[in-house]
Amino acid sequence: MVMAVAAQAGAQAIPRIKFEKYTLPNGLEVILHEDHSTPIISVNTWYHVGSGDEKLGRTGFAHLFEHLMFMGSEHVPNGVFDKELEAAGGDNNASTAEDRTNYYEDIPSNALPLALWLDSDRMGYLLSTMDKEKVDLQRDVVKNERREGVDNSPYGISDEIILAALYPKGHPYSWSVIGSMADLSAASVEDVKNFFRTYYAPNNATLSIAGDFDPVKTKRLIRQYFGNIPRGPALPARPNVAPVVLARDTFLVAEDRVQLPRAFYEWPTPKEFSKDDAPLDILASILARDKNSRLYKRLVYDMQVVQGIRASQQSARLASKFEIDVTPKPGQSLAAIDKVINEEINKLMNEPVTEREIARAKNSYRSSFLNRIASVHGKADLLNQYNYLAGTPDYVQRDAARYEAVTRADVQRVARTYLGQHKLVLTVVPEGKRDLMLTGKGGSQ
Amino acid sequence: MTSRRIAVAAALLGLTVTASAGSAQTIDRTKVPTLGPPPKVSLPPIVTRQLPNGLKLMIVQQHELPLADFILVVGRGGTVDPSGKGGVGNLTSSMLTEGTTTRTSLQIADQTAFLGINLTSNSSWDASTVSLHTPTSQLDSALALFADVALRPAFPDEDFQRVKKNRLTSLIQLKDRPTAIADQAYASILYGAGHPYGHQLTGNEASINGMTTADLRLFYQTNFVPNNSTLIIVGDVTPAQVERKINALFGGWQKGAVVPYGFSEAPKATATTVYLIDKPGAAQSSFRIGNIGVPRSTKDYFALNVLNTILGGSFTSRLNQNLREKHGYTYGARSRFDMRQSAGPFTASAEIVAAKTDSGLVEFINELNAIRDTIPGIELRKSKRYLQLGMAGDFETTQQIANQLVPVALYGLSLDYYNNYVSNIEAVTQADVQRVARQYINPANLAIVVVGDRKSIEEGLKGVNAGPISIRDFFGQPISQ
Repeated sequence: MVMAVAAQAGAQAIPRIKFEKYTLPNGLEVILHEDHSTPIISVNTWYHVGSGDEKLGRTGFAHLFEHLMFMGSEHVPNGVFDKELEAAGGDNNASTAEDRTNYYEDIPSNALPLALWLDSDRMGYLLSTMDKEKVDLQRDVVKNERREGVDNSPYGISDEIILAALYPKGHPYSWSVIGSMADLSAASVEDVKNFFRTYYAPNNATLSIAGDFDPVKTKRLIRQYFGNIPRGPALPARPNVAPVVLARDTFLVAEDRVQLPRAFYEWPTPKEFSKDDAPLDILASILARDKNSRLYKRLVYDMQVVQGIRASQQSARLASKFEIDVTPKPGQSLAAIDKVINEEINKLMNEPVTEREIARAKNSYRSSFLNRIASVHGKADLLNQYNYLAGTPDYVQRDAARYEAVTRADVQRVARTYLGQHKLVLTVVPEGKRDLMLTGKGGSQ
Repeated sequence: MTSRRIAVAAALLGLTVTASAGSAQTIDRTKVPTLGPPPKVSLPPIVTRQLPNGLKLMIVQQHELPLADFILVVGRGGTVDPSGKGGVGNLTSSMLTEGTTTRTSLQIADQTAFLGINLTSNSSWDASTVSLHTPTSQLDSALALFADVALRPAFPDEDFQRVKKNRLTSLIQLKDRPTAIADQAYASILYGAGHPYGHQLTGNEASINGMTTADLRLFYQTNFVPNNSTLIIVGDVTPAQVERKINALFGGWQKGAVVPYGFSEAPKATATTVYLIDKPGAAQSSFRIGNIGVPRSTKDYFALNVLNTILGGSFTSRLNQNLREKHGYTYGARSRFDMRQSAGPFTASAEIVAAKTDSGLVEFINELNAIRDTIPGIELRKSKRYLQLGMAGDFETTQQIANQLVPVALYGLSLDYYNNYVSNIEAVTQADVQRVARQYINPANLAIVVVGDRKSIEEGLKGVNAGPISIRDFFGQPISQ
């Protein structure tokens, strides 16, 4: 199973992340990992709700709600959250994705009670201080976040166009996490309160703490701060979603204020941690990760017709997508580039990659695992990720192992199985240059 | 995914300040919990060595994981780009990984990936760096590659032509990015064409077009000398062992002359002016506001750190609280003093929704004026604690520790710099902060750069009456109105 050329495999085994996991009577899962090497703690809470739980007409809501979690709660006046954490030397942030919303505080180890007080209060007591003024303010902030990342950013519009076209209408992943301006405008205080009651409950959350703490004291604090928060109602059933299959190759175009066009290729692929997920990651590396990768070497290094090219397997809980994006150099024909991309994909489908190619990809992945566990922040989040998406926090060694196990035959097989299926291609073009779009007919200039 | 906010630059470090406390036995939610004393942070000792050729080593052991970080800090960067050769330092750095006397560009890339290491070379205004992050199982192979790239670059012409073309295309793409346009124009307006800081580190179309490999070789030979360089080493190594390896690899590097800096005089600031750069249809207006600041050697370093934290260096800073959390004009507002060997810019910045461009400017000016008043004690204390107590979190990983040592190496800071940081911050008073606010931020002489949709924002900007409006191009140059 392990190739001779990847002999480094044994040399750098990934250590297990030891942890303790238990559940409070109200359903809150707790994961604790001690690490006394630095006097800091990372407190990381995952609420198992994300943009995938939104409804049409209320896209962007999970993320807007994330902002509102910082606006004060019953016992924490608005503004106190950040002031107290900063005064204690802590950093904090939150992020929303399709499947989860996470909140973290990275703090000196004496500040754990502060983080637990803040996190428990907004978990249990947010609504009494929620009002229209707060919703209106954070709505404006989030709209600015969208402007910065989408409307005022080159190619920023690509994400929501791709998702709407790749996924069937109503699919949890068919809209972007940031949401549309119209839907953000429509969000009301009532919506906020309903969202909180439905999803922001201890039985829908996992609290992961990594760092320099005393487990006995910490468990007591957790019980004291979180134990009295009532369990929330049963969560709404999530729709079953069928794997996405495109009926035909689909070619789209969008204009933007850009100097150069950019083409995005998208293929539906299986979900995170599924059997083909790691081989697809390796395939992406072999396609475009570095100078010797298939597409970079040919298009950027040899032919010098491409300014930038990327490939990635973007994995999520329900489904993933494999993406290649390419930006031609000025005056270079996207159609000619498209031809090369298709040739290289065909080669990958018809011949196995070389030993060296797969070794490069696997060795780089192996090293990346060491980097992921180098910080308590990284470990706290990983434990939450594994717990929710792989079924157990005890997964880092199995995660690393699934990359070790990828064979040349696997790479060829996933190229055939997934890149051989129908795809979506979006070309973002400069204003007035729709003729540059890829059409699959070998056309365009 | 999207975040609550873009992570503000990490807090600097500090040591403990004791406070008495005991944790409550029962929880009273109505009160902020009383915390125990902050933990004692013991920074790892720095072992220093110097090779006969003058190369300094700074070695810190950290054995949590089998990883090691090496940063070669060469004490010259973009500041010494010759006139007309803007970007040569940056291109020289980029070209180190494009070929050595024994390895081609593709071989370097192949070995880097195969070893599972990160190997990069970069440059800033004050330094050129070659960085290596490696599992210790690959240490010898990684170090051999690292030394080859740092010491024996070949500057192959064919690869250089490819990299040049790539750079030129990036300049074209820059026109898509209002934030990059704002940065570029601001630097040009503050410093002018006669000062290196008025240019871009990466050069411009003319300088890149005219660049040859002879220019790169000259830059390399002139500036990459061991007697003006430090090799920072952090991780799962021991000093004796790693010193032997480095001696073997870097011991033959020849000393060279170090040309002292000859800094151009920066232009005098003019009366506050609004420099409007048209980016039609822009959904936000990109603001860069400020004046020339201070060099890293400033005696007011700690007071300025505290000042900047209060003004725009944290989430609870005045700029961010005003422009984001109170008014909702932006996703984030910030400020910074860019301290280089010579005085870099002080910049307050934000991306403001187009419709509030004028209101945003009013608030910026309000805050840049208000910062001159006495800072309330509670705000001062919070900012000092943020700097002091955040230290532990900046020294966790080998990469973090290595990065923290770069300024120590580059600016000749004391080896006790971080051990003394907390007390240096503690010593900063309200009077100090007020003095430096008044001395280094000049509301009467601000450059206010705004990149946005001229058609919809110009009238509003005029109405603010901050100063005359000067229409500029993407490079900050005047154009006819």
